Amino acid sequence: MEFTRREAPYGTPARSVPNMMLEVLAALVPAAAAHVWFFGPGFVFNLLVAILFCVGAEAATMRLRGRNPEEALSDFTAVVTAALLAFCLPSLTPWWVTATASLFAIVVAKHLFGGVGFNIFNPAMAGYVVVLVAFPIQMNLWVAPRMGDIDYEYLGVFETLAFTLTGALPESTTYDQVSRATPLDLMQSGLNQMRMVTEIRALPVMGDYAGKGWEWIGNFVALGGLWLLFRKIIRWHIPVAVLAGLLIPATVSYLLSPGTLPGPGFHLFAGASILCAFFIATDPVSAATSTTGRLVYGAGIGVSIYAIRTWGSYADGVAFAVLLMNLAVPAIDRLTRPRIVGHGRGDR
Amino acid sequence: MDWMTRLKTGLWEDNPGLVQLLGLCPLLAVTTSFVNGLGLGIATLMVLAGSNVLVSAARRFLSDEIRIPVYVLIIASLVTCVELSFKAWFPALDRSLGIFIPLIVTNCAIVARAELFASRNPVGPSLADGIGMGAGFLLLLCAIGAFRELLGTGTILGGLDKLIGGEPLAGIAVVDGGWLLAVLPPGAFFSLALAIALKNVIDRRNRATRATPAPRDAGRVAS
Repeated sequence: MEFTRREAPYGTPARSVPNMMLEVLAALVPAAAAHVWFFGPGFVFNLLVAILFCVGAEAATMRLRGRNPEEALSDFTAVVTAALLAFCLPSLTPWWVTATASLFAIVVAKHLFGGVGFNIFNPAMAGYVVVLVAFPIQMNLWVAPRMGDIDYEYLGVFETLAFTLTGALPESTTYDQVSRATPLDLMQSGLNQMRMVTEIRALPVMGDYAGKGWEWIGNFVALGGLWLLFRKIIRWHIPVAVLAGLLIPATVSYLLSPGTLPGPGFHLFAGASILCAFFIATDPVSAATSTTGRLVYGAGIGVSIYAIRTWGSYADGVAFAVLLMNLAVPAIDRLTRPRIVGHGRGDR
Repeated sequence: MDWMTRLKTGLWEDNPGLVQLLGLCPLLAVTTSFVNGLGLGIATLMVLAGSNVLVSAARRFLSDEIRIPVYVLIIASLVTCVELSFKAWFPALDRSLGIFIPLIVTNCAIVARAELFASRNPVGPSLADGIGMGAGFLLLLCAIGAFRELLGTGTILGGLDKLIGGEPLAGIAVVDGGWLLAVLPPGAFFSLALAIALKNVIDRRNRATRATPAPRDAGRVAS
């Protein structure tokens, strides 16, 4: 008689992967709407290009690996990767930049390591870092938020679409006219020029905490994140640890030196902190698995984001922080292995 | 052990970069262009062939306890010769390779060949081994250098003036601009990984076409 051997985990998950991914996508919808509202239709075009290339690359690599493409496409992980990429990319991004990021994310970061469940790096962040390092100019084309009092020329839907497809701006328009520095860029360059935080915070694109528009997107992302928590798709450990790891050093250093270091509110709402805490760091594959491990992993990401923003040469450090901690996950999981019932604390 | 086998081992089957994964530091660091790869490859080839011959000739006089320091002395003197000749005849190439010419002393591919092959074999085969291994390393450096240069700056044979002298040459421009990442450190790791993967694919194809077809899942980790 032959016994079938099953490998851990033995419990049946309450919901399937496709179901989970669809809920993650649904939770991102309010934030996506806010993104389009404040930063124009570029987000939609980026998302479409990213989905096209992520899903295409997924199907092509599955075929190359001699597997059924449907198996991988039906779990929607490629679409989630595409959505996270679209959130990271500036609203004016030529299609080939998005395509490079998508192909790298799916082919190299995901399938070369064995496909979904085996990728040690978060695919979206790996793809984003590649284009961030490889195309520094294109990754700067953030437009100004649509909040009225900023002196700025907005590109129309068709002009944005034309830019996505060709990488060329309309005649008689320059990059300086359509792009604005992000709050994080302004803060970093301002501090490098020895200006005070209060002075930088008085600039027109700055809002109550970080940048106009950015705060609202942050709020909607947090709303989606809370929905995921409520639906028990993610657990609280990683988001709380990421935010604590980022905000505790930010608060302490702000209290010590309020003139030269931005405060916790700025760090919370600027860049991708909230998106990272709820949607990026919580990737079930590349994150740590034990409870203590999740706390360590999240805190590591938070502290790294703070360190990169404060001392690094890049304005935001979310992607680098996540990739660095992804590398540390095997060690974290090993060191925080839960005690086996019946064994003493010493035995491993 | 004839010459052809030694050469084939060095060039393909036991390629120091692709299979033994030795000497990766210079391999990853200088291969930003074909010319840089070629320059360091030639320097390594000369040192490796020379050190193999000298170590093999001296192998009867070396006691086990001091053999490694003696290898290092032999290699270091050869590297000094190569470095001085580069400075004399290819000053521009020497400047762009910088510290990596003197660092050939610490290239573990060279010490490994001295220890594993030259100290146990006569002078003839040792020379063949040195040339084979050196040529394998040289070709890999050139291939990765050319690949990264083409991707990163969009040129072929850029900076050839460092080797042949004369006016600065930009090389043949294939495309305008390039993919910056390829000439940055990550590009080096990606290129090496792709080269190793390519070698494994070719090896597997070759094995499959031979008499007994290898099982399809031979190399796959059980999951």
